[in-house]
Amino acid sequence: MTGWGDRLRGRIVVAVPYLWLMLLFMVPFGIVLKISLSDYAVSIPPYTPTLDPSAGWSGFQDFLGELDFENFVWLTQDALYWKAYLSSLKIAVISTALTLLVGYPIAYGMANAPDEWRPTLMMLVILPFWTSFLIRVYAWMGILSQEGFLNQFLMWTGLTAEPLTILNTNTAVYIGIVYTYLPFMILPIYATLEKLDASLLEAAADLGCTRVQAFWLVTAPLSKSGVIAGCFLVFIPAIGEFVIPSLLGGSRTLMIGKVLWEEFFSNRDWPVASAVAVILLMILVIPIILFQRNEQKQREAEQ
Amino acid sequence: MRRLTWFNATSLTLGFAFLYLPMLILIVFSFNASKLVTVWAGFSTQWYGELLRNEAFLDAAWVTLKVGLASSTLATVLGTMAAYVMVRGGRFFGRTLFSGMIYAPLVMPEVITGLSLLLLFISIGLDRGVFTIVLAHTTFSMCYVSVVVSSRLVSFDRSIEEAALDLGCTPFDAFRSVTLPIIAPAVISGWLLAFTLSLDDLVIASFTAGPSATTLPIKIFSSVRLGVSPEINALSTIMIGIVAVGVITASLVSKRMIARQARDEQQAVHS
Amino acid sequence: MAQSVFAPWADPNEKPLIQFRNVTKRFGDFTAIDDLTLDIFRREFFALLGPSGCGKTTLMRMLAGFEAPTEGTITLDGKDISPVPPHKREVNMMFQSYALFPHLTVYDNIAFGLKRSDMSRDEIAARVEQMLKMVQLQKFARRKPHQISGGQRQRVALARSLAKAPKLLLLDEPLGALDRKLREETQFELMDIQEKTGTTFVIVTHDQEEAMTVASRVAVMDHGKVIQVDTPDRIYETPNCVYVADFIGDVNLIEGNAYPAGDDRVSIEWAEGQPGIIATPAGAVEAGARITFAIRPEKVAICRDRPEDLPNAVRGRILDIAYLGNISTYHVALPSGHVIKAQTANDRRIARRSFTWEDEVWLGWTATAGVVLTQ
Repeated sequence: MTGWGDRLRGRIVVAVPYLWLMLLFMVPFGIVLKISLSDYAVSIPPYTPTLDPSAGWSGFQDFLGELDFENFVWLTQDALYWKAYLSSLKIAVISTALTLLVGYPIAYGMANAPDEWRPTLMMLVILPFWTSFLIRVYAWMGILSQEGFLNQFLMWTGLTAEPLTILNTNTAVYIGIVYTYLPFMILPIYATLEKLDASLLEAAADLGCTRVQAFWLVTAPLSKSGVIAGCFLVFIPAIGEFVIPSLLGGSRTLMIGKVLWEEFFSNRDWPVASAVAVILLMILVIPIILFQRNEQKQREAEQ
Repeated sequence: MRRLTWFNATSLTLGFAFLYLPMLILIVFSFNASKLVTVWAGFSTQWYGELLRNEAFLDAAWVTLKVGLASSTLATVLGTMAAYVMVRGGRFFGRTLFSGMIYAPLVMPEVITGLSLLLLFISIGLDRGVFTIVLAHTTFSMCYVSVVVSSRLVSFDRSIEEAALDLGCTPFDAFRSVTLPIIAPAVISGWLLAFTLSLDDLVIASFTAGPSATTLPIKIFSSVRLGVSPEINALSTIMIGIVAVGVITASLVSKRMIARQARDEQQAVHS
Repeated sequence: MAQSVFAPWADPNEKPLIQFRNVTKRFGDFTAIDDLTLDIFRREFFALLGPSGCGKTTLMRMLAGFEAPTEGTITLDGKDISPVPPHKREVNMMFQSYALFPHLTVYDNIAFGLKRSDMSRDEIAARVEQMLKMVQLQKFARRKPHQISGGQRQRVALARSLAKAPKLLLLDEPLGALDRKLREETQFELMDIQEKTGTTFVIVTHDQEEAMTVASRVAVMDHGKVIQVDTPDRIYETPNCVYVADFIGDVNLIEGNAYPAGDDRVSIEWAEGQPGIIATPAGAVEAGARITFAIRPEKVAICRDRPEDLPNAVRGRILDIAYLGNISTYHVALPSGHVIKAQTANDRRIARRSFTWEDEVWLGWTATAGVVLTQ
């Protein structure tokens, strides 16, 4: 149908991003998988076996023979990793629920605000997203510390006599996650609430619902897809979070992202770090698939 | 009927206070005269001065800027190509794998992306530095660009491209003279997104930077781990300021463009 | 009228401009076009008419080059066009959405195709001016598409697709987005332009009135097949099957068995206790064959007393009256349960109308008023 030159151009347009992602996404991941099956060694690089291309096919067979699941067995035996995985899940679940609790009323308020306010409100929600993540987490360090603003405020109001220890606890991690991921929760919920036809609520009122009943029977079910999308958008990155637990959490805050980082940079145990990464990814596959399915359903419903 | 009830007003006020108070406090205390960041001791701009004299910070900022410009530009080119392939490419071998590779980095924890890229660079013997950070940032931000651009391409009336072909354009010519000008706003916002992601990234840069190159987030992180400092507050204020000015300008410009378009259409109806 | 003289399809020496030869198009398991053969002649205004999903748009996209036939050949001026990419075909298309380039002015939209030919700058300017003049948009040359009204956009799209003087112009539901009044005006404008430029037009539409108004010939399509190709009057007066009769205009359909009644006529047994309908079939009909008798409402006369001069007369009761201003349609229920529609022109004021609800009336029609459909 098209000329030779166009076909070549078409191939290039496909091939360049394809190869780029192959080389810098798939291949590295294969390497992680391979190293997770290798053994730790005091050398550079700090693992064996390494593939020696000069040994040919038999070298490759030897190489395969030396791979094993030792690191994964190790992960199941050392309680640290179990606890880290479970506590990551727990922190992610709790902070997702908290984000929903904080985010829904804001999204609801935005959707019911006068029309001329809404673009501004929208911008105010998006603005923090463009601001450095690191800085937003850092801002809480000064607020949550022993002599920080929150404690000053609480003692000034007389709610507590002694300063509370919040920084370097899981509570601080929850606050940090809620704060940084709030826009991800608000935006999808706002999108569904904004599309909601106001006459539906009038119809509900006309049929005898009070405002609260109308909310639970009409608004809440119709905003479900936005709530689900928002929850996944918070939950998925929260599990692998590293910056928040390392700045706001304490030494007892176990999150898998932090464990991986320390395994790699402090212990230099690359095989175990790789195995941790492989398992983290396997844990994430389920929510990611569920999220995709929710999006798919949403798209189909809109057609 | 959209009324602002007391409930909505309260949730909006509290919500936005929660979003903005921490940053506001940060900004206010960057002008604090005292080294203690929680006790106000009078107005001063001394920390900005210190910041500007701090060579390490300036170097890191320069590295960050270089990485950001290079990776976001590269990511925009690759991401736009990828988006075009995804939306218009039809069927080709490995299409599912391709779209998987586009979406996976969006949900991939940064620690894994960083770790895997580092292991790649070591195994092929690539010296780590600015170049490797650019490669890493391009890889994950091209996926964001491609999502932004492909959502524009999906809503784009395909018959406009067909009209160009019908009027004698080759496919490449049609892309250059019709598609690209129309999707330009999405491409630009894709670039901005890629640039911000690059400026912002700590984890992936930490893995792929090596000792020779330090970006601003790496520098901030290492000094923040030791505690709060007014110098970092000053730096944060500058960064927040730049972003705020940028985003507000962009939204005002687009608002004006929309208003002008509406006025033009009004004119068309009455002529 | 020019149309009555213009009939290249009736001339065996005339070579068609476009020939579809056994063209089939499949999308996966779905057959969009099913073994279709069709000729379109030079200077024709040819309409493809059918419900959505009947394959008419696919047919047009194959002419433009956006789809390739799975089987069969399409020739333009005797040459197979399948290997020619869209940008090299001497065929232009006016898109349903108009597909105007939003970032270019009206002028640049019209000049777009010309700039991709070997015309000089001055020639392009002259040609664009000529096109602007043709569609009366000289004043709007510098506007962007979103700065003009829907009707003006439609005219820009038309001018743009005609600017390169294509051998064939394809129009995909060109008037679908316009309101009724503007649509009717534009239909005549289109016919005018077609006649002036002498270009062959192929129009895709689902609006039967539009097809009947503009086209020299109409192809009625269904499920990827052409059911009937004919001039608008013949499509209306002598449909070749129930589908066409029902699709175009309003029609009464009565099923029955036909028996010869002398003089090339048949008598149709259609209900117990009712006299047979006397009709004149176009061809021979087997005795006792199952047929459908189709008659247009305006060919059914309605009267108070039995019409003695008509071979067909049935008695019924008025069930409903649809008053449409210029005409009224009476729905008359027969004792057999059939409901027959009869139309009369309202040439008198409403107060003088002779029939009302529940009135007992007679319906009558001549032996040649309806058609006998064997399929």
